[in-house]
Amino acid sequence: MKSRYDFHVDSLRYLNDQGLPLDALPTWAEESERVLAAYRNMVLTRTFDQKAIALQRTGQCGTYPSVLGHEVVGTAIGQCMTPDDVFVPYYRDQAAHILRGVKLSELLLYWGGDERGSAWQDCPHDLPIAVPIATQCCHAVGIAAAMRIRDEHRAVVCCLGDGATSKGDFLESLNLAGAWHLPVVFMVINNQWAISTPRSLQSGTETIAQKAIAGGIPGHLVDGNDYFAVTDQLLQALERARAGKGASLIEAVTYRLGDHTTADDATRYRSAEELKQAWERDGIKRLQRYLHHRALWSPDQEQQLQTDCKATVELAVADYLAVPPAPATDMLDYLFAKLPKALEPQRARLVVRHGQEDV
Amino acid sequence: MPNVTLVEAVNMALAWEMDHDPNVVLLGEDIATNGGVFRATVGLKERFGYKRVMDTPLAETLIAGTAIGMATQGLRPVAEFQFMGFIYAGMEQLVSHAARLRNRTRGRITCPAVFRAPFGGGIHAPEHHSESTEALFAHIPGLRVVIPSSPQRAYGLLLAAIRNPDPVVFLEPKRIYRAVSQPVEDTGEALPLDTCFTLREGDDVTLISWGASIHETLQAADRLAEQGISAEVIDVATLSPLDRDTLLCSVAKTGRCVIIHEACRNGGVGAEIAASIAEAAFLDLQAPVVRVTGYDTVMPYYRLENFYLPQVEDIVAAVEQVIAL
Ligand SMILES: Cc1ncc(C[n+]2csc(CCOP(=O)(O)OP(=O)(O)O)c2C)c(N)n1
Ligand SMILES: [Mg+2]
Repeated sequence: MKSRYDFHVDSLRYLNDQGLPLDALPTWAEESERVLAAYRNMVLTRTFDQKAIALQRTGQCGTYPSVLGHEVVGTAIGQCMTPDDVFVPYYRDQAAHILRGVKLSELLLYWGGDERGSAWQDCPHDLPIAVPIATQCCHAVGIAAAMRIRDEHRAVVCCLGDGATSKGDFLESLNLAGAWHLPVVFMVINNQWAISTPRSLQSGTETIAQKAIAGGIPGHLVDGNDYFAVTDQLLQALERARAGKGASLIEAVTYRLGDHTTADDATRYRSAEELKQAWERDGIKRLQRYLHHRALWSPDQEQQLQTDCKATVELAVADYLAVPPAPATDMLDYLFAKLPKALEPQRARLVVRHGQEDV
Repeated sequence: MPNVTLVEAVNMALAWEMDHDPNVVLLGEDIATNGGVFRATVGLKERFGYKRVMDTPLAETLIAGTAIGMATQGLRPVAEFQFMGFIYAGMEQLVSHAARLRNRTRGRITCPAVFRAPFGGGIHAPEHHSESTEALFAHIPGLRVVIPSSPQRAYGLLLAAIRNPDPVVFLEPKRIYRAVSQPVEDTGEALPLDTCFTLREGDDVTLISWGASIHETLQAADRLAEQGISAEVIDVATLSPLDRDTLLCSVAKTGRCVIIHEACRNGGVGAEIAASIAEAAFLDLQAPVVRVTGYDTVMPYYRLENFYLPQVEDIVAAVEQVIAL
């Protein structure tokens, strides 16, 4: 029997666990301001994350999904996308949201149970956080198709987890992206777990990246804790998309360092040893070591950054906590462009029951 | 007799039936090692093994369809959807296959599967985790839709659902998963799926509800009793097919009826009940049937959810309105 097709998945890594380059870095890595800005965003994201968890624990925020372990990927996404591109996120993309203009207080408001937390004042184009897993993949190809129809040189980045790749929504979207040569990049953040379900139970394939092959698009594996690798692969994929050459899939391999959400207890299903080993590959620490190694960073700067991030987060928390509850009538006022006559009595009832001046 | 919560009663019923029927298998996301995100299946993998308690990939179409396939082979699968809000990808399988297999094949192929899902608001959950869309399922001929509202009924109705030869959508009101404990005898005794349960007898008005709202309804009945109004409280329990007889008999006695549900009003199961009463008991009525329901909107995210959920005062006010007529 003859082999008709043989596939290949490349894999990219620039830094070792100690933050030392394994190879020559891409040329853009010379822009030290870009690299420093990335590091600052990662630290800000992690500071924010710790605070959000603390707020949940003290009853000041609802169930919250920690971003711990995803800061590198999210930061790379936020930096590589242009304002005209469209980001189609899931719920663990805090690092990218911050760079896309979403306010920290808005993120808190969202997880604090308030729809106004998706009203993103300074981030007009991105879709809101998708909660039903993988559903956003279909929107991403729809948005990309709209760009194609209008001959625009923009691109879409769609984020999803390893668990999400088991759903038809994802596979159907890959298929369309390949068939229509759409300007979309699927960023699969493989953090090894989908709540308690390990990566090995999601799929029998060795990599998730290789699923791209069946959709007719390239699939790349990158070390998701390696800022240079994620950024470099994403820059190439976005360039390809904007040039009309079609879609790509990037599987960023990382680890969910926290519980699934504040409602979860990961010690029920994974070992302390596995977690400890994952911490040794932490991408933030790795980039920090790189910066030290290149003499771009000092303990004083680190101290200052930590102080600044805490202050930024505290301000956001104060903003968040100062937001008065929305009037009860908000639940009807945004349902349609205009309140249908049929719903007027229900709105009137809300006013009577819960008091609210008419808008 | 153990004192158990509603979610523990679910676990007890699953364990009893797995112990007594080797065809019963469980599948769903995070149900095996983790014991389910609400711990409904905790300990069952350890007890019955991973071949009968299966963690699936994250895919609801697959969960629904796989359960259907297993059921056609004589297994009794109990599939868990992690939340009702994530059932919809499985909807095609439920509507186009589970509900129709027996009818399409004139009884040659059947689907004795149970599809469980926690539902409803009031626990400050993230978006898409608090809806009550039972009417979507009740609308589908061929599906039974069952909602327990106490630990005892959760135990007995779930056993009945698993033993039922046809597909059952079993919706668990998560707001009261742990609200109360009550003694439940672990004797494998099922409750009937073809009857409503009269929880409290009364003469002046019939209060009809199901799921978590039963609790506000019973509280309202207490308050009304203090005002000298005697309310009969009926837990519908099996929303479809509906036991109209119990409802009609009660209304014939009281002449007044208030229906309470958390789901939005438009096209809700309350509308079906009200229509049935209007059709068959119009002359018994001394006042129009009134509904106390959620608003016709997307379930608000949790900061506003209490404004949405029917409250005891709403029920009392509705009763006062129909009594005044
Ligand atoms: C369609 C659907 N099913 C189930 C859930 C419940 N759920 C929320 S997150 C999650 C696991 C997702 O894992 P993965 O895609 O790997 O992303 P991660 O949380 O690891 O970042 C599940 C099952 C959901 N939100 N949507
Ligand atoms: Mg994951």
